[in-house]
Amino acid sequence: MSISPSITTAIPSSQYSNYQAKVARSRATSEPFLIRWLLIATVLGFLSLFLIVPLAAVFTEALRKGFAVYLAAITEPDALSSIKLTFIAALIAVPLNLVFGIAAAWAIAKFDFRGKSILITLIDLPFAVSPVIAGLIYVLIFGLQGWFGSTLLDNDIKVIFAIPGIVLASVFVTFPFVARELIPLMQAQGKDEEEAGLVLGATGWQILWRITLPNVKWGLLYGVILTNARAMGEFGAVSVVSGHIRGLTNTLPLHVEILYNEYNYAAAFAVASLLALLALLTLVLKSFVEWKAARDARLNELA
Amino acid sequence: MKKSVKTNNILPGFNLSLGYTLLYLSLIVLIPLSAAFIKTTELSLHEFWAVVSAPRVVASYKLTFGASLIGALINAVFGLITAWVLVRYTFPGKKIIDALVDLPFALPTAVAGIALTAVYASNGWIGSFLESYGIKVAFTPLGIIVALTFIGLPFVVRTVQPVLQDLEAETEEAAASLGANRWQTFVKIILPAIWPALLTGFALAFARAIGEYGSVIFIAGNVPMVSEITPLIIITKLEQYEYASATAIAVVMLVISFLLLFAINGLQWWVSRRATISR
Repeated sequence: MSISPSITTAIPSSQYSNYQAKVARSRATSEPFLIRWLLIATVLGFLSLFLIVPLAAVFTEALRKGFAVYLAAITEPDALSSIKLTFIAALIAVPLNLVFGIAAAWAIAKFDFRGKSILITLIDLPFAVSPVIAGLIYVLIFGLQGWFGSTLLDNDIKVIFAIPGIVLASVFVTFPFVARELIPLMQAQGKDEEEAGLVLGATGWQILWRITLPNVKWGLLYGVILTNARAMGEFGAVSVVSGHIRGLTNTLPLHVEILYNEYNYAAAFAVASLLALLALLTLVLKSFVEWKAARDARLNELA
Repeated sequence: MKKSVKTNNILPGFNLSLGYTLLYLSLIVLIPLSAAFIKTTELSLHEFWAVVSAPRVVASYKLTFGASLIGALINAVFGLITAWVLVRYTFPGKKIIDALVDLPFALPTAVAGIALTAVYASNGWIGSFLESYGIKVAFTPLGIIVALTFIGLPFVVRTVQPVLQDLEAETEEAAASLGANRWQTFVKIILPAIWPALLTGFALAFARAIGEYGSVIFIAGNVPMVSEITPLIIITKLEQYEYASATAIAVVMLVISFLLLFAINGLQWWVSRRATISR
């Protein structure tokens, strides 16, 4: 449904594995050997050109001048402070959007009200907005010329070109991830179990903690993993609000850009390789969560 | 029977959860976005038009939309083949390839930008090869297409894959027993079934590409009138403190993005309705 990858589509139902085997075996519903391998080769070629070779290039370029240069690039003070800021931004953005996602999914999945589909579309809005515009709108509000610009200046509070702006931009770009993951999942699960809990005397919070959240834990985790990856990697929106002050308002992706624009390629790719490792870790975690969720779904079917 | 089928009032927390959702949505998304539209009113209609229809800006629309369209088309074709291969065939390393398709979602765009530039520059692994045939990719509009193809790669695969997985074997077997060859079965049976998903994936990749900034600016060369995308023009105007005109261009992009989002949601609604009717 959503613009983000979704765990609901990633769970293969057991009945299809049967069907896949059937299709693969039957000559009537499969292609000749030659065509099959031609298509596989096409896919491998396409993915190599666009994914595998560029990914390999990040690590080769990072280590081109040797491991000592690599280590120096990722341990110099500016790099370390950008790592710290990246973690701070993600540590604030992820919990905020997590709480929002649970609240939104609870309201949308468990209740009927007018304007529900409009609300779902509005939650999707940040997906459709260019990251550059996401940064721009906060400049219009909190910037020096903005709505609250003079008030903030009088009270000596900095939002734009400071950490709060970076956090806000990160929150905006990752806004829908958890909500869009949880809404279809909680809708599919209905509310029978929650109502049973209520009848047995549980309070609302107890129902949420002991019934609803355990039921959607893999979807929740999946949403958090995606939110975290995007929050740590966001470039366009953060770039507009950060002001690129070295050692102060530079996140990891911005630090990569600065090094790259200084023609310090080895260092730029060294720092970029950290982000690439983070992306690979994200993919591994994602696959693990999908596998767990699929296993749970199968166990539920058997039970 | 009482009309308590809706059972709205049994579960607690409706007011709290909906109230919080609306408050958070307003504070983070709606009010800030409205700031863009309010800021534009500082310009007269005449000034607004002059900004958004300046030749350099119009050239950037053409480039942004053209490159996004080509990138999305490439993804529609190869994404469909990728989804097909991942669902129907087995080959060594398939699980890894399947997981790797999501890389553009996980890899920060700035990293993608410098990596693609390194590979497709005239001294890069692929760029040097293409250069010997006289094709320059990095620092030309072609480079922008490469970056936007990368960015949109997972969308078509991930929308088509589940639909392809859910297809009934019986219809294909029936087609085969009635004498259709594989190509006929694909065009007349399979393609109509996956067409809406394919279109949705295409639209998502297209919408994502239009707003993309991070991966493009490194590989584009950013020459005005030739390889300058619209988000970059917004940044340039911001850096020159031309807030009103930056916002005017942003509003044009916002309106187009919103229309696309509504079209995509409409498309998905139509697909799910079609699915329920056919059941």
